[in-house]
Amino acid sequence: MDRKDLLGLEDLSTDEITSILDTAEAFRGVLDRPIKKVPTLRGKTVANLFFEPSTRTRISFELAEKRLSADSIAFNASTSSVVKGETLKDTVQNIEAMGVDFVVMRHGASGAPYYIAGNVRASVVNAGDGSHEHPTQGLLDMFTMRRKTGRLEGLTVAIIGDIAHSRVARSNIWGLTKMGATVRVCGPSTLTPREVEKMGVTWTWKVEEALEGADVVNILRIQKERQTANLLPSLREYALYFGVTPERLRRASQDVVIMHPGPMNRGVEISQDVAEDGRNVILDQVTNGVAVRMAVLYLLNGNEPASREAEMATVEG
Amino acid sequence: MERWETMRMTTWDSGRRPLVLCGLRVLDPETGKETRPEVLIKDGTVRFTAAGDHPDGALIFELPGRVLVPGLIDIHVHLREPGDEDAETIASGTAAAARGGFVAVASMANTRPPIDDPQSVRFVLERARQAGMSRVYPMAGVSRGLEGTKLTEMFDLAEAGAVAFSDDGHSIMDANLMRRALEYAGMLDKMIVTHAEDLNLKGDGVAHEGFMATKLGLRPVPRATEEVIVARDIRLVQDTGGRLHVAHVSCGSSVEILRQAQAQGLRVTGEATPHHLLLDDTMLGTYNPNFKMAPPLRERMDCEALLEGIRSGVIQAVATDHAPHTEIAKDAAFDDAPNGVVGVETAFAALHTGLVLTGKLELSRLVHAMSLGPARILDLPHGPVTDGGPADLTVLDLEATWEVGEDDFVGKSSNCPWLGATLTGLPVLTVSGGRVLYHHPSVGAGNAAPVGTR
Repeated sequence: MDRKDLLGLEDLSTDEITSILDTAEAFRGVLDRPIKKVPTLRGKTVANLFFEPSTRTRISFELAEKRLSADSIAFNASTSSVVKGETLKDTVQNIEAMGVDFVVMRHGASGAPYYIAGNVRASVVNAGDGSHEHPTQGLLDMFTMRRKTGRLEGLTVAIIGDIAHSRVARSNIWGLTKMGATVRVCGPSTLTPREVEKMGVTWTWKVEEALEGADVVNILRIQKERQTANLLPSLREYALYFGVTPERLRRASQDVVIMHPGPMNRGVEISQDVAEDGRNVILDQVTNGVAVRMAVLYLLNGNEPASREAEMATVEG
Repeated sequence: MERWETMRMTTWDSGRRPLVLCGLRVLDPETGKETRPEVLIKDGTVRFTAAGDHPDGALIFELPGRVLVPGLIDIHVHLREPGDEDAETIASGTAAAARGGFVAVASMANTRPPIDDPQSVRFVLERARQAGMSRVYPMAGVSRGLEGTKLTEMFDLAEAGAVAFSDDGHSIMDANLMRRALEYAGMLDKMIVTHAEDLNLKGDGVAHEGFMATKLGLRPVPRATEEVIVARDIRLVQDTGGRLHVAHVSCGSSVEILRQAQAQGLRVTGEATPHHLLLDDTMLGTYNPNFKMAPPLRERMDCEALLEGIRSGVIQAVATDHAPHTEIAKDAAFDDAPNGVVGVETAFAALHTGLVLTGKLELSRLVHAMSLGPARILDLPHGPVTDGGPADLTVLDLEATWEVGEDDFVGKSSNCPWLGATLTGLPVLTVSGGRVLYHHPSVGAGNAAPVGTR
């Protein structure tokens, strides 16, 4: 892949997305082997900089790095505990001094990885910045959809929840619309950003409408804090009027793929029944996330795209 | 030595020597007419004379093709002293202003501590006098500590030299305080300058609410944030008969509210910044903190409406909202960076390049909005350049093309949205009270060696 960083899906080409997804397919095969490790990034160092708490994404990246035989170091700091401006600058200088090859970065401020990427030689992978993008999540969602349905082009995907504050929504929207899917976003108007239609999607607050004939439903987490900012009167009302329930899901395609980036608030954005529905692929998303992150690091390292598992040598000894 | 000090060292000390400015065009911004007299400046007074009529010992400046205009005035600057002298001082800020062609600036009260008592007003005036650069007209707070709860002692403050009252940097959310302020300042016939942002509507927003904020995941600031305060304050002017000036208007809709108020005969004025006139939220794509300010950059239609406001006179002044921040403070993620950009050194060039050279605004209209317009808003003793009038004037080179370099600022901070831009137009000579505050290296008196005596 002819780029230094992966900061968002907005500026990826369809060819780049396809080659990442194809390469992830090869790595997905590696994850089914008894020894789930390849030597591709031996001798390379990855710094995982998490300025915002994260469990799933951090562990998924760490696992991907280990399975590529990279050395990884972790830096966890909440932005609240440090002087914000200085930290970023200091971080940049430290990264340069340590000579790391990759930076995986999660930050609470939208755009923060752009600042780092513009100032370090290392490849920067955005692991989620504010409400902006979460490109590897977008990729793993697409990877999971493609595996399950065999295509992305022509799929109808409903994204339901807090669109305004969701980096997952933005990465999904950019990626899916590029790949030819039809995207409907849905949520209360107070949680919908202005002019979201200009991103190439339709919007409705009516969950039933959004689900009508949908091939995929991607359900986003509702944060409790949204109540205090008067964006929602209560989680109870949200669950009643916007929650994805079996009744509402009847509007969707019969073999609808049910997705959620986790962690789920059962009984809020997703009912207990839907969380247990056989059509949901929420745990597949977790497994696929490792393969997709391996593919991203592998391609940013300058390796040629791969599509067959057999192309991946198992680590020796 | 800091850059502003270097500038002072290398600027002509004209002292008591008469100045003769030859070969330039004198532009009257009210009529748009140009004349070509020779300009003699002596004892602080301008004389239009016949060519070659030079008194003994005069410094003679050959300025072919340059344009002489009334001294530029910026009624909205933050000089940061006291409190944030690492970002700017009264000396560095007024030197920067002089470089930008400004003979006078009005300084905002939101220093640390704020300017809210007579001693602090006198401090600003004394520091400005010592600096000897652009004249400073201090504004004082509307409320003590700029906390928005208790009125300042406005008679005392006016007595000390405050020209107007503003809590700029902070919106006055208490409508009753605003009403009383308009009423009370009305006795002094002084202006209340409002920073119009409803803090509840703004919330923790950092960017104009629109497609760019949506796409970039930046927390939105709706237009209503400004509109409701502008509308509220105008209603209070109607109620009290006070005088209101709306600082840094950012929304096209606010221009319309102002127009209606002025049509009703209310004493309401407005200003627009160079950045709100020229730049829109599409600049935010790289999350560069030099495009972060309050109010935020809005959309192209707002720029157009502000420009129309300048053309029609609904907005009487361009003011820079010069807001220096150190490199360390601005060197942060967009969310975490402080609001504001520097403006005095690039204002004329940016507006000349973006509006005049593109045919959107007459030069005379721009000059008016940067000189006579702002002077009238605050009743400042500055008028047109006339034969026999005071020598407060600026000479512009309309052809000079220059690149805005990070290290070229005379002021202490370089948080400028035009960094790296190539601009055409340059103030080359700034004269206040008959004294040269600044001259560009391209300008020199042909008959005397530079005298760096200060």
